[in-house]
Amino acid sequence: MMRKARMTALAALSVAVLPLAACGSGGSDEGTGDGSGELTSGPIDIWYSTNEQEIAWGDQVVEAWNTDHPDEEVTAQAIPAGSSSEDVIAASITAGNTPCLVFNTAPSAVPAFQKQGGLVDLSTTFEDGEEYVTGRSGDAADGFRSADGDLYQIPWKTNPFMLYYNKDVFENAGLDPESPKLETYDDVLAAAKAIKDSGSADFAIYPPATADYTNVNFDFYPFFLANSDGTQLIEDGKSTFTSPEGMETLEFWQTLYAEGYSSAEAYSGDMWAGPFADGVAAMGVAGPWGKAQFDGKVEFGVVPLPTVDGKAADATSTFADSKNIGLYTACENKQTAWDFAKFATNDDNDLALLEGTGQFPTRTDASELAADFLAENPFFEPFAAAVPLAVDVPTVDGLAEKMQVFRDAWSGTVQSGSGDLNSTFDQAATTVDGLSG
Amino acid sequence: MTTLRDTESRSGERGAQDSAPLPGRGAGKPAPRGRRLQRLLGEHPLGLLLSTPYTAFVVIVFLIPFGFGVWMAFHDFFFTAPGVQVPHPFVGLDNFRQVLADPAVHQAFKNLLIFLVINVPLTVALALVLAVGLDSVVHWKGFFRVSYYVPYVTASVATLAVWIYMFNGNGVVNRLLGDLAPDPTWLANSGLIMPLIAVYVTWKNLGFYVLLYLAALQAVPKELHEAAEMDGAGAWRRFRSVTLPAVRPVTSLVILLSIIMTGQIFTEPYLLTGGGPNGASMTPALLMYQKGIQQGQPDIAAAIGLILVLAVMILSLVSRRLTERKG
Repeated sequence: MMRKARMTALAALSVAVLPLAACGSGGSDEGTGDGSGELTSGPIDIWYSTNEQEIAWGDQVVEAWNTDHPDEEVTAQAIPAGSSSEDVIAASITAGNTPCLVFNTAPSAVPAFQKQGGLVDLSTTFEDGEEYVTGRSGDAADGFRSADGDLYQIPWKTNPFMLYYNKDVFENAGLDPESPKLETYDDVLAAAKAIKDSGSADFAIYPPATADYTNVNFDFYPFFLANSDGTQLIEDGKSTFTSPEGMETLEFWQTLYAEGYSSAEAYSGDMWAGPFADGVAAMGVAGPWGKAQFDGKVEFGVVPLPTVDGKAADATSTFADSKNIGLYTACENKQTAWDFAKFATNDDNDLALLEGTGQFPTRTDASELAADFLAENPFFEPFAAAVPLAVDVPTVDGLAEKMQVFRDAWSGTVQSGSGDLNSTFDQAATTVDGLSG
Repeated sequence: MTTLRDTESRSGERGAQDSAPLPGRGAGKPAPRGRRLQRLLGEHPLGLLLSTPYTAFVVIVFLIPFGFGVWMAFHDFFFTAPGVQVPHPFVGLDNFRQVLADPAVHQAFKNLLIFLVINVPLTVALALVLAVGLDSVVHWKGFFRVSYYVPYVTASVATLAVWIYMFNGNGVVNRLLGDLAPDPTWLANSGLIMPLIAVYVTWKNLGFYVLLYLAALQAVPKELHEAAEMDGAGAWRRFRSVTLPAVRPVTSLVILLSIIMTGQIFTEPYLLTGGGPNGASMTPALLMYQKGIQQGQPDIAAAIGLILVLAVMILSLVSRRLTERKG
């Protein structure tokens, strides 16, 4: 009996062992940050996004570099599969096998990576670190500074979100497919009613519905930024979503769910681009990358995000969805990594990025750089115009936990289409404000 | 009549004789070094050698990580890059206090209880009924066995995608139900999502448990059924008095495995709902992932893990006591 009991206990222990076994960290003597050794040159590894267009761009840049630098060869690969790029990079930092550069570093994850000791301080490690980043990106670089005032990321590209709409669905619903009236929340609700009544699409808009915290960036946050003139979710250490503008946005989304214009269920397939690309939803929010996702599937147009009273396009803030370049401490040849990062963000390669992916380099002269491209591709003009108004998530410690608190409140009252928004989000705000960071 | 005990006893005596010192090699004298070695290595040192690889496996992938998890739960810890030295002070029970005060943790364990109450009885009942039916099937036996087993060996990502199609608002289930379809619909309904996940997991794993029962049923001597039938027992009576007692050890195993698997529920809520709506499908394992990986608090995740281990151990021991109690 004792033996059986021991066997039972051993079997039960296995419940928690595997999750806990996933990660570990060593400790030795190099100190925090980027190490104090001399900067060296040599072969390096890099990761880039799994996006098909970005892979093509990355391969082209790496090939050009390797041709001229045989002793500093760059080996590139798409970021390994995982639930999210941030989870993969965080695990890789712990394991000590991050590549030198990741061309897909989310600004929201930088404080956590920095806390792990995974990122190189560009401001202090390279003599021209500050000069290069601020020279290329101007004041935008300040939005990506860490709490200590230094730069741990190279601002790389901006993907301002716009509201895509399906022209065929709008036409079938009796709405103007060429210049639909979607400036205000009431406009959108009226369009949603027409779409539902006509049966031309299952839903008016269908953002990712699961309770994962990152989904905040695909429903509430872009609309809140537009309605609040670019107020970040957390400012000066305090949550901002219970402001009058925040509550207006929350009420708007609660109505969308309550009236059945949106679905609170997980989408079977690509939950970000799928509902719009498949014609299930009449509208969707996406950056300029949406064009490549939707081309050939639906006929679409874009308009600025709506606000409670309506705003001119050149006064409507939006979500930037920036992705930056991180230089990681596991890198042996940091000088080569820095030189390659500068090479990948020079005029030619930034232009190639824009032309190949439709994504805008985060640089002060982006409009001049993009002039010819925009003349040939007028579809991207509204996105180019939105770049100066694009705002990212705040770079604060514990952001994931804070966004999860918001998301839980969201699923309880907004997605359910019922419930007291004021009390629920006041409580969420109190919780968020009480968390450190 | 020779009993098994007698046989074991004689064999033991023979073993003792076999291990006696040989004449001329210290017969009649103690051999302290040899005895010490024998005490240390046991009667069959080769067994130690053969079990070494598995022992190493258990130590490396099970005991060391578990020990590390226990250590984490009692310290202020977060993952760092190799070479980065940060203090990890001992915090006693602080992590556990924080976990126990967290409403999300309460909700996750409550959800697990709902899952357990539905999944375990359903698994036992359906697996036993299907196995009995399969045992009596004459034709197409192989086809049915494979059919039951296919969901078990199919990736959850694929089967869950099918279930989303079936149970979404415009899915086949709601179309069949018509006006009886729940509102909010299945995946967005906080009262139905956990039962739905429990039913899904039951269906997914049923094939494995059916095979366990089938193996047990095929080991039941036919003579027992024939004798009961001759004594006038009907089908139900034979099932209760012959089949059920015969498969009791397997029932105990099925319940034990179901309880352990319950503690590991992660993929289903992660893919279907992310833990929503409003935490209604949050499980401790998913919460551990959120805290430990997404939010950089592995110490809190480890504390949740230890509480989960304790809960599963208690439930497992209770279930064994109940299912192995002699009736």
